[in-house]
Amino acid sequence: MELVVLSGKGGTGKTTIATALAELEKDVIRIDCDVDAPNLYLFYKGKDIEKGEFIGGKKASIDEALCIKCGKCESICRFHAIENFTINQFICEGCGACTLICPQNAIKLIDEKTADTFVTELDKGIISRAEMDIGSDGSGKLITYLRKNGKRFNENEKLTIIDGSPGIGCAVISSITGADAVLVVTEPTKSGLEDLMRVVVLCEHFGVFTMICINKYDINEEMVAEIENFINDKDLKLVGKIPYDDTVMKSINELKPITHYKESTAEKAIEEMWSNMKSLI
Amino acid sequence: MNIAVLSGKGGTGKTTVSTNLALSLKANYIDCDVEEPNGFLFLKPNVYTEEKVMVEYPVIDDNKCTACGACVNVCEFNALAKVKDDIILFQKLCHGCGACEIVCKYDAITYDKREIGKIEKGIGRGINCSRGILNISEPMAVPVIRELLKNLSEGINLIDCPPGTSCNVVNALRYADGAILVTEPSEFGLHDLKLAVELVKMYNIPFGIVINKDDRKDNIIKKYCKEENIELIGVIPYGRETAVLYSNGQILYDDVHHKIIFDKLSKGAREVLLWN
Repeated sequence: MELVVLSGKGGTGKTTIATALAELEKDVIRIDCDVDAPNLYLFYKGKDIEKGEFIGGKKASIDEALCIKCGKCESICRFHAIENFTINQFICEGCGACTLICPQNAIKLIDEKTADTFVTELDKGIISRAEMDIGSDGSGKLITYLRKNGKRFNENEKLTIIDGSPGIGCAVISSITGADAVLVVTEPTKSGLEDLMRVVVLCEHFGVFTMICINKYDINEEMVAEIENFINDKDLKLVGKIPYDDTVMKSINELKPITHYKESTAEKAIEEMWSNMKSLI
Repeated sequence: MNIAVLSGKGGTGKTTVSTNLALSLKANYIDCDVEEPNGFLFLKPNVYTEEKVMVEYPVIDDNKCTACGACVNVCEFNALAKVKDDIILFQKLCHGCGACEIVCKYDAITYDKREIGKIEKGIGRGINCSRGILNISEPMAVPVIRELLKNLSEGINLIDCPPGTSCNVVNALRYADGAILVTEPSEFGLHDLKLAVELVKMYNIPFGIVINKDDRKDNIIKKYCKEENIELIGVIPYGRETAVLYSNGQILYDDVHHKIIFDKLSKGAREVLLWN
């Protein structure tokens, strides 16, 4: 069972909620697919039991000794990544068109390391995660790899909880492809609703079972009503409403999952949500 | 002057800072967060033009194709596959690079275009607003971002970037002359801010930090700025009223207290990002 926590909009509480659900279920596989802003591991003092280098793509490289500055590579590159016979590493997509056109065979594609990957062992379960090289691309492939990496540690069909990225692009698509269920964490703001709508359509497109929770619901009850209307129209499952609670910020700054704070109103609501979710999945 | 507003972590206030600063500076507002563009919810521009963003993909002429598989072998993105005597294209994996056309000995490949998103332009609150929108289920946002930033106008352009530090942000930063990093005083905010700082440093452009939801204390972000010698442009104090205005899609700049905050921020930005 793979459950992906998404939001569309950033900063609605994905990591807090993904971590809390993992803690409530205890023995789970955790995968941090928000590779641009990987915060899940900050909650744990685990031990990295596996490290690896991830080759996410290729970049072209010109051998200056062979280059005769004919400019054919510049004109063939559809990404305008070559200027003055130099390749802009930030723009090159590693397609290799330039290597095919070069009469001198002066251009080669070179494997590019885009991330370090880790399997971090916790008291119970593991985290599969990555530290991406700044500015690199190919996060979709990396996410597919992190999910596979986590799966290797999943004997006995344990629950896998995936902390997803914001947005609806390649990173999110790679997180939900083939997953069993999605929990979208939204917030009662205009932006939250707009982004929820887009991510829900994406989940529909991929045919993934989708549940919704409204975080910080007491900030704006009118917006909550709008979100509930949308949820009803779409025939989605509203599984939880979590109140605004200063303890959440405290938990982030003390780097302890919210489940450690038994008096927290947000924690209680998440527990209730988890029992709702369990009856559905 | 092109100013990129970015954050690393999502939801720290990029759109709040960019829209309100654009009003304070009478700058052009450009929403590059094409996966989830929210700036227009606040600025509510009258959209006067809408253009499709098209990408190219190969079309294989079955009469000419011998299914030799050269195109399949050369495709770095696994967008082409050979199944029995047919070549199949996975459109959404295709980067439109043209490598398959180069290697095809039989002239069997031509290119066609398909839509993956659109660009909207309009005027809201007296400022020029534009945004890119990625069509849902399309994985690649970069072509939309590139199209949006291709012909930036003169004057001050505020570029509201996507979250993160990967290809989308790299492409949004490409034309920036300065950057504003928006963060919040939390461990997550600091962790992701550090990643964003690393990215911006690669561009050798002036940059500074705005702390949103500031707790009015000597918090971890202020300490980090001092230690790393990074300019603090200013702060937006935490307040429930701010959160409520934002949640309703209202422009903070309309409120007298917030106007003072953002005018101060725009003054700070001018000083830190060194423009006249």
